[in-house]
Amino acid sequence: MKSINALISAKNVSVFKNHKSILKNIDIDINKNDFITIIGPNGAGKTMLLKCLMGFYKPNFGEIQKKNKLKIGYMPQSINVINTMPMTVKNFITVKKEFDDISFKHVISEVNINQLINKQLSILSGGEMQRVLLARSLLNNPDLLILDEPAQNLDISGQLSFYKLIQEIYSKRALSILMVSHDLHLVMVSTKKVLCLSNHICCSGKPQQVAQDPEFISMFGKDMANMMAVYQHTNNSSHGDSKFLIGDKDN
Amino acid sequence: METKITDPFILRGIFAGIAVALISGLVGCFVVWRRMSYYGESIAHSSLLGVGLGILLGTGINFGIIVVCLIFGILFLWLQQNKILSTDTLLGVLAHLALSIGIIVISLNRIKIDIHAFLFGDILTVSSNDLWWMYLGVILVIFLVSINWSSLLLVTIDEDLARAEGINPTYINLLLTTVLTIVVAVSLQIIGLLLITAMLIIPAATSRRLSRSPQQMALFATLIGIFSVVSGIFLSVEVDAPSGPSIVIVSAILFFLSYFFGNFLNKD
Repeated sequence: MKSINALISAKNVSVFKNHKSILKNIDIDINKNDFITIIGPNGAGKTMLLKCLMGFYKPNFGEIQKKNKLKIGYMPQSINVINTMPMTVKNFITVKKEFDDISFKHVISEVNINQLINKQLSILSGGEMQRVLLARSLLNNPDLLILDEPAQNLDISGQLSFYKLIQEIYSKRALSILMVSHDLHLVMVSTKKVLCLSNHICCSGKPQQVAQDPEFISMFGKDMANMMAVYQHTNNSSHGDSKFLIGDKDN
Repeated sequence: METKITDPFILRGIFAGIAVALISGLVGCFVVWRRMSYYGESIAHSSLLGVGLGILLGTGINFGIIVVCLIFGILFLWLQQNKILSTDTLLGVLAHLALSIGIIVISLNRIKIDIHAFLFGDILTVSSNDLWWMYLGVILVIFLVSINWSSLLLVTIDEDLARAEGINPTYINLLLTTVLTIVVAVSLQIIGLLLITAMLIIPAATSRRLSRSPQQMALFATLIGIFSVVSGIFLSVEVDAPSGPSIVIVSAILFFLSYFFGNFLNKD
């Protein structure tokens, strides 16, 4: 059975708030080595779905099963840095985390923040802060990395290098990634599965499949669909049998 | 009459003041980080109702303060969940309601109490029995804050990051309300309810300029608090002034000094 192997399995999950349906009959399995990107318009329930999957929020209906001893790394979109609190980067990354010295050193060189660890949190730039948040989420060697619009506050070159970093981490570590992102054209090369959410799951599958789905086109428009097809194509031709496109285990 | 610092009542006042400083700096850091000064102020205001009820029902003022302030804090946390009103509006309603009921309860009381002493602090009111209670409170606060230190920090930084580590933010917010209540109860006699917030805020704010980690900030705030309390009490004895304002003036002088000289010490 699938649900036993899955890291997290949600069945028929529904959430209501103030008589409004936020999530409706969501079924999702996150398996080993998955790289799933959730897209959807504002108010589609993307963040709520993450909160339910991580157990921050209990859905009104449905069931969420987690694999035993599953380690999740969570990276929020941003945090409000408290200027009145003096805190070094190292202090922030490690607070309330179990870790050893080797994995700490590994993580900070992996996300390239060696120069930052003794700096105060309050003086970091946007891009530096995102890498620090990523380092924190990786410190306990997670099986599953959950990212909520991780590059939302970055400029375009910052976004590019951030997604490149995510891709590197995905290819080097044995982990699964679940990410909410609007920057579809940028994550196309990495993600293996796209899940289009608008309170219910409109469509899901490989990026190029989703791009051709009528529901996707009606939601994001023809241009977006074409752009996705172009990126997918470029990636195919330049990398040949690119490892980014290894067959989808779900099929 | 000549007063000496070795007079028992002044010594008791100094020990009581040190008790206040030992916890107000520590808890004050969280008040500063989380911008809870109005919340602290409101809990302090509601303590007068605790004083009144404690005397009226014969349970003693410390017990009265703890119970009333805790009920106030929990009521506030509960009302805050529906987000129709902003935090400061809600506190503005509750704090002044509690203060008004407190004043009425006290004025209906047959027993005469010196409201002035509760508003501005009076070291003469401290008995040896009070000192035992105060240090019990100090031990409890230091214990609760230190075993939950990193959870408190993480919830303060970001509640979702805290949830990701399995921390329940509601539990931590209740904990903070509890320790704030104890700080208010311990500080009331020496500092006075109108000035308790100053003891939470000023040493922590002074310390911010000098520190590079949360632990350092809490430690320096405590040391600055102890210095302010001891010299403030000497000052109040010297000029025969209420203790609370004297302590606050000393700590405010340190605050301004740290801002003038802090630039040389801390180059970020």
